[in-house]
Amino acid sequence: MSVAIPNVPARTSRRQGILASRKGRVGFAILVALIAIAVFAPLIAPHDPNAIDASRILAGPDLAHPFGSDALGRDVLSRVIYAYRVSLGVAVGSTLLAFLFGVPLGMYAGYHGGWVDTLIMRPIDMVLALPALLLAVALIAIIGPGSDVALLAIAVIYLPILARVVRSSTLVVASQTYVEAARARGTPSRRIITRHVLPNAIGPAIVQATILMGFALQIEAALSFLGLGAQPPTSSLGVMLADGRDFLTQAPWIEIFPGVAIAITVLAFNFFGDGLRARLDPRGVTR
Amino acid sequence: MSPRGRFIVRRLLLAIPVILVMSVFVFLMIHLVPGDPVQTMLGFRATPRNVATVREQLGLDRPLLAQYLTWAGGLLRGNFGQDFISHAPVSTLLAQRLPVTIELTVLSMTLAVLVGVPLGVRAAARPGAVRHLSEGLVIAGIAIADFWLGIMLVLLFAGIWQVLPPSGYVPLLKDPIQNLRYLALPVVALAFGETAYILRTTRGAMDEVLDTQYISFLRAKGIAERRIVYRHALRNAAAPIVTVIGIQFGVLLGGAIVIESLFALPGVGRLIVTSIQQRNYVVVQGGVLVVAALFILVTLLTDVLVGWLDPRIEEGAAA
Repeated sequence: MSVAIPNVPARTSRRQGILASRKGRVGFAILVALIAIAVFAPLIAPHDPNAIDASRILAGPDLAHPFGSDALGRDVLSRVIYAYRVSLGVAVGSTLLAFLFGVPLGMYAGYHGGWVDTLIMRPIDMVLALPALLLAVALIAIIGPGSDVALLAIAVIYLPILARVVRSSTLVVASQTYVEAARARGTPSRRIITRHVLPNAIGPAIVQATILMGFALQIEAALSFLGLGAQPPTSSLGVMLADGRDFLTQAPWIEIFPGVAIAITVLAFNFFGDGLRARLDPRGVTR
Repeated sequence: MSPRGRFIVRRLLLAIPVILVMSVFVFLMIHLVPGDPVQTMLGFRATPRNVATVREQLGLDRPLLAQYLTWAGGLLRGNFGQDFISHAPVSTLLAQRLPVTIELTVLSMTLAVLVGVPLGVRAAARPGAVRHLSEGLVIAGIAIADFWLGIMLVLLFAGIWQVLPPSGYVPLLKDPIQNLRYLALPVVALAFGETAYILRTTRGAMDEVLDTQYISFLRAKGIAERRIVYRHALRNAAAPIVTVIGIQFGVLLGGAIVIESLFALPGVGRLIVTSIQQRNYVVVQGGVLVVAALFILVTLLTDVLVGWLDPRIEEGAAA
């Protein structure tokens, strides 16, 4: 008599998971490089980002200044590196903030269900019923512009998305027999949530947050471009794009490189998120 | 009432609390401004007397609930308050600006659907070169921010080749050709990311449908592949595609805020941004309200349309 063995994934596939796909590896490698650039900006930037050089006003790229110079003769490469630091900071900070509040809310709603679920999720659905960027702009209209306000605004957009993802993965986990068993044993629900639900339901939220982190850079740039994000003298990629607009045809390099930096970052987070999904979200909740 | 009628009524009723909460949020905006909103609006050179006058004009000295009821009652009659800079009624400003935003977003969505859906269908139906091309387009659409694409388009088409104007606007009814020339770059910039998204959704939905048994059955019957793809598969893949188009309309409306500012289009988005810079809160409130209402309306229409395309959803909602 032969017994059909269910298709159990091999143990090794768990370890390979994150870096198994080529996309995931590429994304990871680029991210490590980008984060290193942001962290070690003072060591990497070839020039002082604020050093004005009257002899290099709108000068094109050359060996000493591979990205050219801006309207004040400042080195665009160095400015991109420092601006990137600010933009990435806002992107990471906003997503972490949304994660920190969105995950417990979604998990609590999904685990308890009933009126708790309604109480938490109704307002969250209301926020999702508005165009995200409009909401961010409205918040900034109230509080006033600034990179910290942009960070908060992006967190407010992201919180409902993450809460929704966690809620749906929690619903699946909460119906598993091991959770039922724990409940039957009389384990307090706080302990069930932290010991059983959290580790099993958080994966999709991590995947989603990784991908959102990349898009946060786009939102930050858009807000700063409108003059609603980072304020001078702080420079973010969006501020650079706004400043360089008047010299677009004379010195396109001021506009090209910040945009390329944003695009590469979004892609890297996306690819890395795809890689993580194979490991953390086998059911494809975030698809 | 027919199940379809019940579904539409239910859906309409569900929109009411969303609109109510939104109106409370927009109403509270001016009250949540740190410090004294009137002082902030008028600047620090304003005399206390000016501040008191404007506060009285805005009704800010009355109890909160009374203020809200007056304000909401005014909205129902189309009264959005008065712009304290130009002294024009906000409703007039919005009526001038709204057609521009609607034209921009509708044209962008149309372009995105006209390119994204056929490419997505082809990528699913005939893997190979089209699928590779679509993969590249999806990646580019995700990575490239709409307003940065807009800047690059201006660089190429207005700066280097000089075939299109870099910014500005001519009303559609005044000169349709010039109108389209001004809108061409903003529409492409706004539509690009959307195209990628719709393409990916269409391809995914079609992949799923083409994998089902009834499609194999149709193939076994010897029905032409073209007919299977367009007559049978696409119809069954339509519901998720329409849903995504509806949701993405909100992304377009948000993107329009940035694109209108970039291309100096006199739409509601640009009105909101300039009013924020002038601390012209009454106009910001009106703008936010109109854009949000527009999105809620589109979501509503999408839901009704999806219910019509896929009767199973209506039944599920009625049960």
